Amino acid sequence: MKRTGIYFWTGAALFLGAALLMTQVIGNQYPFFAGYVILQFIVLAVAWSILGGYAGYVNFGTAAFFGIGVYTSVFLFKATGAPLPVQIAAAAAIGALMGFALGLLTLRMQGIFFSIATIAATIIIETAITNWRYVGGAAGIQLQRPAVTAPFDNYVEMLFFVQAMLVVLAVAISRYIQRSWMGRGLQALKDDELAAECTGVPTLRLKLMACVISGALMCAAGAPGAMYLQYADPSSAFNLNYSVSTLAMSLIGGTAHWAGPVIGAIVLGTTQQLLTVTISSEVNVLVLGVMLVLFVVAAPEGIIGLVRKVRRKRNEGEG
Amino acid sequence: MEAEPQAIQAPLLRISALTKRFGGFTALDNVSVDIRPGERFGLIGPNGSGKTTLINCISGAFRTEPGTVTFRDEDITRLQPHMRTRRGIARSFQIPRPFRSMTVAENLMVGLDFAADTSVIVSEAQRREAMMSILTRMGLASKANVSANQLSQVELRKMELARAMATHPKLLISDEAMAGLSSSEVDEVLDLLMSLAGQDITIIMIEHIMQAVMRFSDRVMCLEAGRIIAIGTPDEVMANQRVQEAYLGT
Amino acid sequence: MFSFELLRDAVLIGVLLGCFYAAVSLGLSIAFGLLDVPHVAHPAFLVLAAYVVYFLNEHYGVDPLLAGLLITPLFFLFGLVAYRLYYETFEKRGSDAGVRGIAFFFGIAFIIEVLIILQFGVDQRSVTADYVGKAWRIGEMRIPFRLVVAFVVAVALTVLLTLYLSRTFMGRAIRAVAQDQEALRLMGANPIRIKQWAFGIATAVLGIAGALLIIVAPVEPTLDRAYIGRTFCVVVMAGLGSMSGTLVAAIILGVAETIVLTLFGASWAPAISFAMLLGVLAVRPQGLFGRRS
Repeated sequence: MKRTGIYFWTGAALFLGAALLMTQVIGNQYPFFAGYVILQFIVLAVAWSILGGYAGYVNFGTAAFFGIGVYTSVFLFKATGAPLPVQIAAAAAIGALMGFALGLLTLRMQGIFFSIATIAATIIIETAITNWRYVGGAAGIQLQRPAVTAPFDNYVEMLFFVQAMLVVLAVAISRYIQRSWMGRGLQALKDDELAAECTGVPTLRLKLMACVISGALMCAAGAPGAMYLQYADPSSAFNLNYSVSTLAMSLIGGTAHWAGPVIGAIVLGTTQQLLTVTISSEVNVLVLGVMLVLFVVAAPEGIIGLVRKVRRKRNEGEG
Repeated sequence: MEAEPQAIQAPLLRISALTKRFGGFTALDNVSVDIRPGERFGLIGPNGSGKTTLINCISGAFRTEPGTVTFRDEDITRLQPHMRTRRGIARSFQIPRPFRSMTVAENLMVGLDFAADTSVIVSEAQRREAMMSILTRMGLASKANVSANQLSQVELRKMELARAMATHPKLLISDEAMAGLSSSEVDEVLDLLMSLAGQDITIIMIEHIMQAVMRFSDRVMCLEAGRIIAIGTPDEVMANQRVQEAYLGT
Repeated sequence: MFSFELLRDAVLIGVLLGCFYAAVSLGLSIAFGLLDVPHVAHPAFLVLAAYVVYFLNEHYGVDPLLAGLLITPLFFLFGLVAYRLYYETFEKRGSDAGVRGIAFFFGIAFIIEVLIILQFGVDQRSVTADYVGKAWRIGEMRIPFRLVVAFVVAVALTVLLTLYLSRTFMGRAIRAVAQDQEALRLMGANPIRIKQWAFGIATAVLGIAGALLIIVAPVEPTLDRAYIGRTFCVVVMAGLGSMSGTLVAAIILGVAETIVLTLFGASWAPAISFAMLLGVLAVRPQGLFGRRS
């Protein structure tokens, strides 16, 4: 137990060190533009799977949380010129509140009804933002990046590193939850909600906690997005593609282990980035759809499940 | 026999004037009964007579409209199931409901994580120890690391009882834990329940296998169409004419 | 600013629009309401049908309604195949069917969206016919012909499906399979075959519904996303699986949308169906008149 902890934190430190080193060494901007998006999807997928994976509540509201994260930054920046860390912290706080409110409203629903309710909530929030003139309404809003802070000499490089830190934060939280009593309770209620209640698991409270944590992380992941694009508009910030991509990444990676969404986000995120550059963004969505269908049909436990199966077979072969 | 001291003792569980309706159908009709501490209480009745509904009302899966449930002098009518579990009411299910993605050990750990007696069990090591001791007692020690999906019917039944025991219950409700078992397996589970009873644990047993209920129970209650038609010692209930009619058909 | 006449007009248009919403929701009422299939790709199938109608109209000059009728057998077959695929991969395996099923159908919906974009581009498309673009004048009021066409076809479809489900052997079997699959199996019928047939019917109806969709307004490839809210709102509000309930719920939605449109403007319209859906679900987590308790 202890040793895996050391490995994990050493890995995290190495990852952050490498990210920082990249920003200092590589001159070309493209890797950071593409890398930022992949890192952002890792945070989203990891955050999503806290509720969607561990508890089995398939949330299509990722876009709502992501979009609110973007618009928290837009609002704060326009109103007060707040710096990036404040934007992210505020987005996380609002995401937590939103997770709580949405959770109260929707977590009593079962299965597909929960999923549909989260889609509904997304569109309603998007419509509200569309009608909010101060943050630009339907036409969107342009933002001017402030000066970059040292040691970075470029804003996108800084955003890249910030998102890398969010990845470490999200993964650490998800890993902690999975290994704690909370993870066990969520797994129990995923298997059988009534049996979990009758074994002492406060199911609604646990689901709410998962929804709050997941929401806070998703909003935080969205917050730097405003500065990344220097522009925000409701139909892109709340695009259903975020919800489905995130879900696809988690399912492709596998939701039984915290590493699943990370793997899924890297695989699908990288593929999408390559396709967007080489072919077109439409093909990108096509690949998303095809991979989602393929994995759900052929490998329901995702890559993690496939690896486990192979490992089990090998063990049996030896024994 | 023991009737005198029990009359003085406060009941462990008091059900008063409980009624449960589903749409126009009345599943329980004004049911009142006291369960005494340490009692082995049998609950019988034909299919659809309201036995499982009564259990669901006690464990909290159903809310009741009129009527109250009092447990250890506390009104628990409005408590959610997990609050009742933490106060000491545990149950098994008629159709086993294990946590299928977990091993047997993990199934028990859920109970120990969320409802263990925190005055005794504090550390993770103590929880593991408690888990192994329950499994040993239930004869499942060798299955600790087996997935709940791979258990046989009798093992599933035992695991459900073990998981219930992990919540350190004062009242254990066994909902047809012997259904579908062979006669030697029935004896096995019955012996287990017998050994659990006594030490601070009161047991309500729902069962269709009449021999088992009669052998097990201090007191038996028979429900028919949501009403109590007989309550008393096993012999008294068996001798009751309405019970015989209910079981032999009209 | 707001007058009685305005309200009256809004209600009238709303009723017509509502009937159109009923027509596009009937299939989902069968697929989701009766068969419990989490068919979020239903609106994508609908938009696909609209594009096929567009293709027939544009290249061969086929009347859109006739085109819709012509493609129903095709969509029926499509439905049979889709259900078989869904059944083999999800329902047969038992647990988790809902969760993976909804992900599966979202994947299908995205694939359809992109295929339409690759074939037809992202621009809006519309059809040409005598009744598109003309209007009836009653005094001050102007009732678009296309809405009247949608209204007539929608009511006819609802009546036909209601009769089919209550009067024919297969229709009654479909309703029976929704209530008690085991009982049907005991009677010697194959519930899977019946469900497959029902899903075929649900998809076939989309042929005509797709024609109405493109008659009522121009379509674009991602139009299905707005219709997720409308169709699910109608089906959940209707009480799962009721045809006449679908008509009533759709009219309520249509009127609500037009009134909000008149009062607050078009920018609030997309949220109406979703807000009603969320409201219904929040009050009754299993749907307004849920079949199961």
